[in-house]
Amino acid sequence: MADYRQIMRDGIWENNAVLVQMLALCPLLAVTSTATNGLGMGLATTAVLLASNLVVSLLRNIISNEVRIPVFILLIASIVTLVDLGMNAFLHDLHKVLGLFIPLIVTNCVILARAESFASKQSAAAASFDGLMTGLGFTFVLVVLGGVREIIGSGTLFSHAALLLGNGFSFLDITLLDGYRGFLLMILPSGGFLALGFLLAGKKWLDLRKQDREAEAARRMKVDAINAMSDEEIMQQGEPS
Amino acid sequence: MAELTNIKKKIAYHPALLGGIALIAGALLVMADAGTREQIAERQAEDLRASLTQVVGDDVHDNSLLADTIVLHAPMEFSDNASGTTVYRARKDGKVVAAAFQVIGMGYSGAIRIMMSVKADGSIMGVRVIQHAETPGLGDKIEAEKTDWINHFAGLSLGNRTLDQWKVKKDGGEFDQFSGATITPRAVVRAVHKGLAYFHAHQAEILDLEAPHG
Repeated sequence: MADYRQIMRDGIWENNAVLVQMLALCPLLAVTSTATNGLGMGLATTAVLLASNLVVSLLRNIISNEVRIPVFILLIASIVTLVDLGMNAFLHDLHKVLGLFIPLIVTNCVILARAESFASKQSAAAASFDGLMTGLGFTFVLVVLGGVREIIGSGTLFSHAALLLGNGFSFLDITLLDGYRGFLLMILPSGGFLALGFLLAGKKWLDLRKQDREAEAARRMKVDAINAMSDEEIMQQGEPS
Repeated sequence: MAELTNIKKKIAYHPALLGGIALIAGALLVMADAGTREQIAERQAEDLRASLTQVVGDDVHDNSLLADTIVLHAPMEFSDNASGTTVYRARKDGKVVAAAFQVIGMGYSGAIRIMMSVKADGSIMGVRVIQHAETPGLGDKIEAEKTDWINHFAGLSLGNRTLDQWKVKKDGGEFDQFSGATITPRAVVRAVHKGLAYFHAHQAEILDLEAPHG
């Protein structure tokens, strides 16, 4: 039985595809010039991850070890093409914004990595859930990175959100700094690297702080335990390790 | 299950599996393509109609632009279609009042597709960028939704501007460049200028002067 809570924590934070595994940096840096682009790319990737994990998991018993990689790539490329065609036909406005990036999803190594390391060994339900959670974790990073770059680079947030989500979401489109001249570096790919670096450092800092706190809590517990013991007990057992 | 494990050991299993999955995936893709082709073509025609409406106002013509087209031989920089460039003609009372066609400029990151329309007197009616991959926040100021830079072209012609004026200010012309982006506006100005020259070279065919059209 798969531990769904752990899958969720791994996918979104603890084993985040970008922040921890450092995968998929190419599409990440290419599309995150605005938060809206990041969100669109993230959702499209999530859909593909979900479908590819499900299909790989369903076929895991007939796929032989020797040819599994070409089979995975074949499956992923087919799913991406199906999504591309479907979006072009039925969500044409969205496709105009994201169309350029959809074929890039094939080369997104997160999808192959999840197929190889998770979906090919787990039940269909667990694999689909893992695809969804990994995708959401990826989307989260894309939106944060896109938002940071957009705010610093052009002084707006979620510009053209209505194109992606429909007119009901045009309230997301905020101009934070009126008359801001823009900071070109953040919009160019090099700015993406810079922002990503700070994001990675931030995640590391949070992890270290959590580690320190846990170590501190463990030390306190140990001290309390020693304080609670009588001298004789210490003589007999030695200090609790 | 044991049976499957035995089959899996045979060397022929691997190519058969790969081939089988390729076959299924291929069949699915063919079906998806057949199922969406019409839809996609329709959407693209809608896009084309929308970009035509932007450069040719509905009030100046009474025909369907998409129905009245001619295909002219054109240099490669005009279209990615080897057979030539398509010219959409706007007619009022049977006479061609304007023509719209696509030109392509080479920008900072690849082709910039521009739809432009020229009035029968040789002056520009409208110019719109329909597709580009220029730097967001810099080069994308050529889009009509972002700034009104592109509207500067309206009314210009080869007659009322000299060759030197058909350049960005940095090159001594009269078009603004954007701070941080000179290549993009330069490419657009150059492409539109070429488009005008092309219109003049093919004026007779485009305006349908030889014989009245039914």
